[in-house]
Amino acid sequence: MNEREMNEMKRLLREALPPMGESEPRRDLWPAMLRRMDGRAVRVPWWDWALLAGAGLLTLFFPGVIPALLYHL
Amino acid sequence: MELLERFARGDVDAFEALFRQYQGEVFGWIFRIVRNRATAEELTVETFWRMYRARAQFDVTRGSCGGWLRRIATNVALDHLRRARRPEVELVEDPAAPPKADVAEQSELRLTILRAVERLSPRLRAAVLLALIEEEPYEKIAEALGISVNAVKVRVFRGVRILRKELERAGVHA
Repeated sequence: MNEREMNEMKRLLREALPPMGESEPRRDLWPAMLRRMDGRAVRVPWWDWALLAGAGLLTLFFPGVIPALLYHL
Repeated sequence: MELLERFARGDVDAFEALFRQYQGEVFGWIFRIVRNRATAEELTVETFWRMYRARAQFDVTRGSCGGWLRRIATNVALDHLRRARRPEVELVEDPAAPPKADVAEQSELRLTILRAVERLSPRLRAAVLLALIEEEPYEKIAEALGISVNAVKVRVFRGVRILRKELERAGVHA
């Protein structure tokens, strides 16, 4: 492929897909960034899920502990 | 330098200052690759989130974080292109629109070219878009993609060769 063909392809491409050039976001993205960071912060850690699963299994195999668990909640 | 040191230590105020300083630049770069405003905004936040998580790995002595951010932004944009089945290309209205008789033919040609571009792999597509359409310097593209200038040239050449074949198959002769 020679330079002329390359330039012709470039012209076709630029006609079909105009350059975006310098663009700015339409809004301030910092609030979205904060939401992303907060969302991460309130995510439940894995050991909490493990504790919950353990408590669930305990009540399944030993239903007698349910009143004691409810008392401590 | 002090700002970067504070950021590397996890100071959120320093992170906000860097975010506000670079969000426009990062958005613009991603927008040029994914060509969709809403997606570019979403990916800008993702870029800064990855930057924040990797803050401990940032080498403060290197000074500028613009290049580092552009590299992350490029990876985020390429990940998005790999996930997306079809690129969300914005059809920007051309102010110098042709007469109505040519409109149908022009839009068909445009659609053919768009389809050919979207069939390129994300790596080749990013190189072609940035080099030929946005006319970004090859050095800047190479830094953002983490490859050599020669490798960028090879990608652009390969991309153009594939496009040429695709267009010839569709009856368009470039």
